[in-house]
This record gives sequence, structure tokens and C-alpha cells, in this order.
Amino acid sequence: MSAENGVTRRDVLRHAGAATLAIAVVRPPIGEAESAPAAMQEAIRKIVGDAKINPGKVKLDVPPLVDNGNVVGCAVTVDSPMTAADHVKAIHIVNEKNPQANVISVRLGPRAGTPAIATRIRLADTQEIMAIAELSDGSFWSDRANVIITLGACLED
Amino acid sequence: MARALINVPARAKRGEVIAIKTLISHVMESGFRHTSDGVRVARDIITTFDCTYNGVEVFHADLYSAIAANPFITFHTVATESGTLVFKWTGDNGFSATESVTIQVE
Amino acid sequence: MTRSIARGLCAAAAVALILSCPIRSGDAGNIPLDQRRSSYELMSPPTRAMQDDDTANPGTLWVLDGEALWQRESGAAGQACAGCHGDAAQSMKGVAARYPAFDASSGRPIDLEQRIVDCRVERQRAPAPARESKELLALTAFVARQSRGMAIEDVAGKDERLRSFLESGRAAFEQRQGQLNLSCANCHDDNWGRSLAGNAVPQGHPTGYPIYRLEWQGMGSLQRRLRNCMIGMRAETYAYGSPEYVDLQLYLAWRARGMPVEAPGVRP
Repeated sequence: MSAENGVTRRDVLRHAGAATLAIAVVRPPIGEAESAPAAMQEAIRKIVGDAKINPGKVKLDVPPLVDNGNVVGCAVTVDSPMTAADHVKAIHIVNEKNPQANVISVRLGPRAGTPAIATRIRLADTQEIMAIAELSDGSFWSDRANVIITLGACLED
Repeated sequence: MARALINVPARAKRGEVIAIKTLISHVMESGFRHTSDGVRVARDIITTFDCTYNGVEVFHADLYSAIAANPFITFHTVATESGTLVFKWTGDNGFSATESVTIQVE
Repeated sequence: MTRSIARGLCAAAAVALILSCPIRSGDAGNIPLDQRRSSYELMSPPTRAMQDDDTANPGTLWVLDGEALWQRESGAAGQACAGCHGDAAQSMKGVAARYPAFDASSGRPIDLEQRIVDCRVERQRAPAPARESKELLALTAFVARQSRGMAIEDVAGKDERLRSFLESGRAAFEQRQGQLNLSCANCHDDNWGRSLAGNAVPQGHPTGYPIYRLEWQGMGSLQRRLRNCMIGMRAETYAYGSPEYVDLQLYLAWRARGMPVEAPGVRP
């Protein structure tokens, strides 16, 4: 980030050596929530409790390969009429490999008109992210996406 | 200079769903970086973002360290009546920023 | 061969070049003029969209800050930029497209950032903003934005006084340096478009500066980017504001002559 205070960006991820050439490793998507890392599972549990998460209704749009893991555009839309009787109450995004599993939690209601949000997130490594929508009837729906992150060839510090 | 950029249509038809784009200047220091001396750089992020429409909450988000610097958030709301949309960001170290935008609804 | 000897030889070669032949016309470094491409074209569609949309381009935040600073009375002279320069959309149109430019008082080229610092200090009698400070980046972004879409001018080719500095810049671009013994030309003339560890190698034109770089999650100048590159080559960097950088910037601007200004650009 800022060059002024001499802080390096990626001491956690960096390998020793002159030029750091990072190779992206393509990983197969994880099938079930149960096999995701513990932190991600814990974050999901805090969101849904014991409820079942149904795949579907949710569309998580994220590019499969990005220019830089620092700024990954992602959009979530949910198939819902957004009426008082049937709407999306909340949308949550969680990730698999960052130091912290939560990304964003959004509270919505019928006044949203359409349950579509977008933001820019940081991903530390190639990983899976998951969007969970909570509907007004208490049910949970989800979608997953894999993002490949490559590290820059020439680091600043 | 905490500066925000809001994009809301100036006019809309009653009942129309409008898209709102927001961008605010903030470093979003994740709290997971370390200096070259191994000292952890303290977290400094925006933690909440709300939008109220004539006083009624229409959008609320809790943000975490994974949100990129200079947070960009877009969402939608139904244009119900003319009035004011107030956007508020709060975060670590007492961070607070507010912007208002008026909208004409026909 | 030590770096200083190499540079000495390069300087001697540059002098010989100046004395022996004029600047080759129709020659943008080693890339034919019609094959020059902005780094914009190597970016993914989402990143390009981020640059294209002023309401989503994070650089706009700096442009807006710059606009506010432009209007603000500053320094012991109590003068705003607007006080002398009026409406920037008129007075600053084309300015960024012709920098680096020759500065009579120093007898050498200066970049746009230095021009702004000099104005702040000498005309407004305000403290000099530091390189890469929010203030300087905001003002530079605001001024550069006024030239968006305009072609970069062939300043060095037309101004005899800049000839030797241009050749210094060219020599710096073509000289191998650092632990990796790479020159700028090795990547940006000879291997542009190919991948280096998953990133596409650009031709290295300064069309978007100051840029919002995703890697920095912030705004930065061309000098910051050049330093970044030199660190990547494991070469020792010069201090901000060094004439070596400005000479190189002059050469890069000449190499990009005719290409449109994209400021504020977004880059990976």
C-alpha cells in the first residue's frame, strides 16, 4: 500500500529470493460446506445456525481470473419477488482462505426493489467464495465461485 | 479528506427501482499486514454502511477486512417519494462520514 | 562490469549517438508506431470498466480532491490555483499532454508534479507538497484529467533543448541494471504482450498517470511505478524527484507520442 511508511504488503505470503515469481495453482472446487476450512465453516454456522443451506436462487458473479487479488469485483443477485411476504432479508459473503472468513453482510428488505448488490473485495489467494441469502421465510440459499489469484511479478518492497 | 462519490439518478418515476453506486475514500487497513520489523499494522476499516431514505433504512451493510480499499458498494432501492437519501459510513478509530443526495420522484 | 562503468559507457555511447545522428523519426523506441498499445488493452474487462466509469473509478476521488484544492486559497500569498488559472477545464487543457517540459529556471526538463510543487512554493508561497502525498496526487490527477483523450505531444522531438535529456532517458531505458541484469527494453520493447508469472507484460506507456493501481490500492505517480519496476529488477532506486527519473519519463512520453492521455487510469 502506501510507500511512505515502508510497510510491506505481503510478508505472510512472500517467499524468499530475488525475483518472486508466484505460480497460480488451480484447485478443484470444494463440494460441500462441511469440507471447507474451519474458519469458513464457523462463519457460515454463525450466519445460518443449524439451518440447511439450499444451493440455488443466488447468483454470485465474480471473474474466474483477476488482474489483482487486491480488488476483485463481485456481484450477488437473488431470485426473489421482493414483496412484503417474500423477500431477501440478508446477503452474506464468506471466503475460504483469507485470515478472516467474513467479507460483507448486507441487510435488505422489500424496499430494495431488487436484491442485487456489488462490491470490491480482497482475496489473499486462489480460493472459493460463497454467497448466502436469507429469505423472509427463514430459509437459506447459496452460490459458490472459484477465483484464481496470481501474485504480481515485480513487488514494490 | 474523506471524500465520497455517490451516484443516484436525480429523478425517477414512482415505483421505479433505481441503482445506487457509492465510493468512499478509505485505506481499509486490514489488520493482517506486518511491517518489515514484524509488527502488526493495526486494523483501520469501515465497519458499517447505511442508507436511509427520508429517515427509513433501506440498506445496511457490515463490512469486514476483506472489503477492498476505497470501498465501492452498489445496491438498489424503490423510488417511493421525493426526498433525501442519507449515506453514513462508520468505522474504526471513530471514523464517520455522511453524505446526502436529494431525489425527485414523479 | 560494475554499474557505474556500464553507465559511463552508456553515457559515452549516448553522446556519440547525439553527435552522429538525429533522433530517428517514426521510431518509438523499438516498437513500430502502429503497434503501440496502451496497457489498458491488456487489462481484463472488469478492470477496464473500472477505468471507463467515472462513478466507479477510484481515481475520481483524487480528481475531486484536486478540484477542491484548486479552489482553495493557500499559502502566504492567499491565492488559489483558480485565482491565476481560472477554470482548469480551459487553462489546464493539454498541459499534462506536454509534460515533462523544459523548465528555463533549472535548464532541464521537469515533470508535471514538479511544476505543481514549484507553483505551490513560488507563486502561492505554500509549503512544498511531498511526492506521493495526497495533496500532490490530487492536484496532479485533477490537472491530468483535463487532458484526457488528448494526444501526448512530441515535446522532446521538437525542442532542441531537450535533446540530450531525451537521449539520457533512452540510454536508461536500454541499459541493463540490477541484480537481474534486465533493462526496461528487455521486457517492454522485446517481450510486451507475453506473460510474466501470470501478469501480462505491457509496453510501458505513461498514458494513464497518475494511476489508481490495484496493487497499491491507491493512487500513485509514474515515478512510483518506475521505482516499483526497479525494485522488481533488484536495482537500486533513485530518490523521488531525481533527474534520472525525469529523463526516463521524458523518453517514455516521447515513445508514447500521439497516444491518448487516459488519466486517471486504473492499472493492475
